[in-house]
Amino acid sequence: MSVDLEHYLIVGALLFGIGLYLALAKRNFVGVLMGIELMFNAVNLTFIAFSRFGDAAEPLTGHVFVVFVITVAAAEAAVALALAVLVYRNRETIDVDRMNLLKW
Amino acid sequence: MEDTGSIVGFWLLAALTVGSALGVVAVRNLIRAVVLLITSFLGVAGLYITLSADFVAVVQVLIYAGAISVLILFAIMLTPLASRDNAETFLQVPGLLLAGLVAFTIGFVSLETDWSVAERGGFEETASAIGEALLSKYVLPFELASVLLLVAMLGAILLVRPEGSSTEE
Amino acid sequence: MPFDPSTGSGLRAGPILAEWYDLRDLGNAVGAFLDWIRDQGAPDWVPYVVSGLIGVVAILLWVILSQLAFIWIERRVIGRMQARIGPNRVGPQGLLQPIADTIKLFLKEAITSRKVDRALFWAGPVLIFMPALAVLAVIPFGSGMFLTDLNVGVLFVIAVASVNTVAVFVAGWASNNKFALLGAMRTVAMLISYELIQVLALLGVVLFAGSMRMGAVVDWQSDFNTWVLFLQPLAFIAFIIASAVEIGRSPMDISEAESEIVASYHTEYSGIKFGFFYAAEYIAAFAVCAIIVTLYLGGWTAWGLEEWVPGWLLFLGKLYLTFFLFVWTRGTLPRLRIDQLMAFAWKFLLPLVLLNVLVTGAEVLIWREGDLSAGLALPIFGAVNAGLAVALILGWATFMGHMRPEHRAKRAVLTRSWARYITLHRPRQTSP
Repeated sequence: MSVDLEHYLIVGALLFGIGLYLALAKRNFVGVLMGIELMFNAVNLTFIAFSRFGDAAEPLTGHVFVVFVITVAAAEAAVALALAVLVYRNRETIDVDRMNLLKW
Repeated sequence: MEDTGSIVGFWLLAALTVGSALGVVAVRNLIRAVVLLITSFLGVAGLYITLSADFVAVVQVLIYAGAISVLILFAIMLTPLASRDNAETFLQVPGLLLAGLVAFTIGFVSLETDWSVAERGGFEETASAIGEALLSKYVLPFELASVLLLVAMLGAILLVRPEGSSTEE
Repeated sequence: MPFDPSTGSGLRAGPILAEWYDLRDLGNAVGAFLDWIRDQGAPDWVPYVVSGLIGVVAILLWVILSQLAFIWIERRVIGRMQARIGPNRVGPQGLLQPIADTIKLFLKEAITSRKVDRALFWAGPVLIFMPALAVLAVIPFGSGMFLTDLNVGVLFVIAVASVNTVAVFVAGWASNNKFALLGAMRTVAMLISYELIQVLALLGVVLFAGSMRMGAVVDWQSDFNTWVLFLQPLAFIAFIIASAVEIGRSPMDISEAESEIVASYHTEYSGIKFGFFYAAEYIAAFAVCAIIVTLYLGGWTAWGLEEWVPGWLLFLGKLYLTFFLFVWTRGTLPRLRIDQLMAFAWKFLLPLVLLNVLVTGAEVLIWREGDLSAGLALPIFGAVNAGLAVALILGWATFMGHMRPEHRAKRAVLTRSWARYITLHRPRQTSP
């Protein structure tokens, strides 16, 4: 049996689902961030898989997009973790259940 | 890709990636979860190599496993009184249902669609082509990405600067 | 000839004879062996796997033997530099000292305190061993003597070295020891700063060679009969300093100096686990020297000498000379503090390597667009870069204030400049 596009897409879907669960259900803010990074990875994997197997005039567009996604993910991780440290400084916790000041 | 090496490589790396991701969900220690996340990143880099994306694989290891992981570990270090037991919120079951639904939908669509697959085979060398594309066709996003990185860096530094400290140089 | 990165080694007329006993390329012997295996009727994957295994075993054997030899050489040489003899008890002239060290490490009790995180404590030494060995896989030891010639070899080296950061942190965290964690965080801050300088210094090499393949850089150096060292002196100096920090050698051995924070991230490790850290440091030093030799010093070529002397002997000779440079700086220079290190990276080296990339890019553009010949362009670039290196280092140091009179002591200034800070035990006179 050979390895096709669908195999990589299923792996990407699984990673995306796991990342989504982490982002929704983890109590620690850093856990949520890990889920977001996993979702980025799943999306990147899908892009590269399409770039390799797909029928396109310029197949390397997928790679360029992935480079940009990695860049933006790095910037976003930096700012998100700075926010986490700042929230910790004010509230002494980074438990997402306790950050409910905007609740009605 | 029909040769044995690619098939064995794909299955091993996919098992490593998805297994480590499941480990991030399941382990009860936050630092071990981060180490398993790093393993997942390395697994994804291996999957990139099987897709002959050599430049992106190396960039993945360099930035994700080398830098973002260190960021996450530093954030855990700088929050010592927060709980590190990797617990879940009360939204566990809805989160599981939603994540399962999304994963199932994406998987169903990818299996049922008739993708137009090219007969191309792997790429020879991607780095120079990516570089040329970045500086010719995608030069505007490239410049915007550098501005974004500058803004993120400045923002992160300004956010966590200790209050009342005299700025030294 | 005009600059054309696509012609790799077209100019090189190598030796034609390729018998299995031609020692100039050990791949000939391996190739003959693999042909014999194929003649025996083995399936296709057997020669492939066997050649990989032979490469891996050869590299590991070489690294371990070199490391044993260099433990002795380093300690003797540093001893002589410090006007003492060095180890001379264990064998004739102390030659069995490395073996004594190894036996001691094996026999020591590997204490594992009860509260450590067991899985991560075990994973620390393993993770730190991996990058140093992985780097050795892409290095061409001779013509055609490499495990793999990746298309992104230069970037692969940096990426794998960045996994070191995670390994140090995991080792420090798993020790469940405040000082180990603090030392690990300091080491990680040091490593990520100098990683950036390493990448920027290597950009100059890649700009000239036109490719990130290690073999392409070596071929470029042999085609144009030059070493990148002469074209990029500033990047060479920056890369050597950054690599010395990355492998944690003196004068930046904050991690392992006893008067520093106990032993930083490997405080809690004893016995063979510490032996792993010790060995990984030497292997990382060899890997870094191999990268420097390949990218800056011409690899296994030496202006045509490789037709008579085997390329891998030249490579090993240059590698050992570069390692001697590291040993020399260890024996000579005093240790830097962590804040001095970070200031040096961010305020001094980073602007210099950025300017180097800018100037190198301009030079390559002039060369390519102006269609100059290599014989005219390269010496001019070399002279300009050398002058720029000297001017930038001295000028930036003066601008940053490193050349102030009190930092350039020519004789003992202890009493003169430090007298203000040494207070005598005299009761302070209260003002009325």
